Amino acid sequence: MPKIKLPSKSPHIDMTPLVDLFSLLLTFFMLTATMRPSEPAPIDTPLSVSETPSPDANIMTMVLSADNRVFFNIDNGPDTILHFRPKILQEMGKRYNIEFTSQELRKFEKYSSSFGVDIKNLKSFLAAKDPKERALYEKGIPIDSLDNQLAMWVLFARQVNPAVKALIKGDSNADYPIVKKVLDILQDKNVNRFSLVTTLEKVEVVDAKK
Amino acid sequence: MAEIIQEEKHKGGKKKPKKHSTHIDMTPMVDLMCLLITFFMLTTAFSKPKVMEIVLPEKIKKNEKVEPPKIADSRTLNIILGPNNKVYWYPGKADAAALVPLQETNFSATGIRQVLLDRNRALFKKIEQFQQDVITGKINIKQDSLRSAIRKLKTDDDTGPIVLIKFYKKSKYKNLVDIIDEMSIVGIARYIITDINWIEDNMVERALGVPLTSSPTAHK
Repeated sequence: MPKIKLPSKSPHIDMTPLVDLFSLLLTFFMLTATMRPSEPAPIDTPLSVSETPSPDANIMTMVLSADNRVFFNIDNGPDTILHFRPKILQEMGKRYNIEFTSQELRKFEKYSSSFGVDIKNLKSFLAAKDPKERALYEKGIPIDSLDNQLAMWVLFARQVNPAVKALIKGDSNADYPIVKKVLDILQDKNVNRFSLVTTLEKVEVVDAKK
Repeated sequence: MAEIIQEEKHKGGKKKPKKHSTHIDMTPMVDLMCLLITFFMLTTAFSKPKVMEIVLPEKIKKNEKVEPPKIADSRTLNIILGPNNKVYWYPGKADAAALVPLQETNFSATGIRQVLLDRNRALFKKIEQFQQDVITGKINIKQDSLRSAIRKLKTDDDTGPIVLIKFYKKSKYKNLVDIIDEMSIVGIARYIITDINWIEDNMVERALGVPLTSSPTAHK
């Protein structure tokens, strides 16, 4: 009897389709990726039925964290040539008699997440090397009537970029009095139209008496 | 080294070019791709955050005297947001002499939404009917003008309530978003966010069963 010889199969699997698919997926994700800037405090935005997407550029964001700290963020304008961030910081520096070097201005421009730092600490905040060190200065922007820095940020942001829209990104558990204070500051600076950042949620209206 | 190997091969006699397998070991590439894909999937912010636009009336300057607009008490509905997601409401006007008892409700579908819906049913039905007509094709309208058409329906309405939204000091930001949301769900045409007055402060505190903290002098 002749021995049945099993054809020895090579252990290689053809991975070409797999690689094809992976490259496609990878290209897709790389192209659609918009990096989430890391927030200094976790913000859990409330749910709403609003479906308007948030604008990409010309926005200043007031971030209210659950522990009632206020952060501020402003984008660099629709075009990178505009350099709104360093311009605003320069104006702020003039107002509070702090001279920012060009290096610090550049650093501030690149630092894209929101900040909650007293302007007097901003120099050391920008010099800080790692997030842990930075977190020490993030005590929230002062908003009381004696030292209302948020109002100044809003004022200069609007002077440098008149098209800027106000966005309020609050944590669900931020206390209303803080929100009210921020709204008052905005209204004092003649900003009467603003947007609240929310997460989409579907709601059905059930009418009991139909 | 390479040369030695070549010489050995030549010993075979026939000059057969060695068949190289066309297979390339793709495992490392696949590994790397897997990692990259996972990374991008996790860092991508897929759903863009949504925004809800609100417009507040312009602030009255200190030296400016403006008569507050007169509104009918019968159409007024006051909503006060309290602590722990509680919602209080009362119709009409607050009176310091006789405190109106507050109705307590919540943010569930049968809570404040039902209260608002009861008062706004006519307008709500009208908007719903209009949207239904657009979907079924009875009314031919462009998507862009749909919103302005609904806004027109709202401004023309004169039966719905005028809702005054007030916040007790212990309410949360979530409540603000929730209540504005309810307004848009039910299609309330007229609502405004105003400051709470001391009478209402007391009404909430009485409903909560805590000592009253406000008096006419505390608020201007």
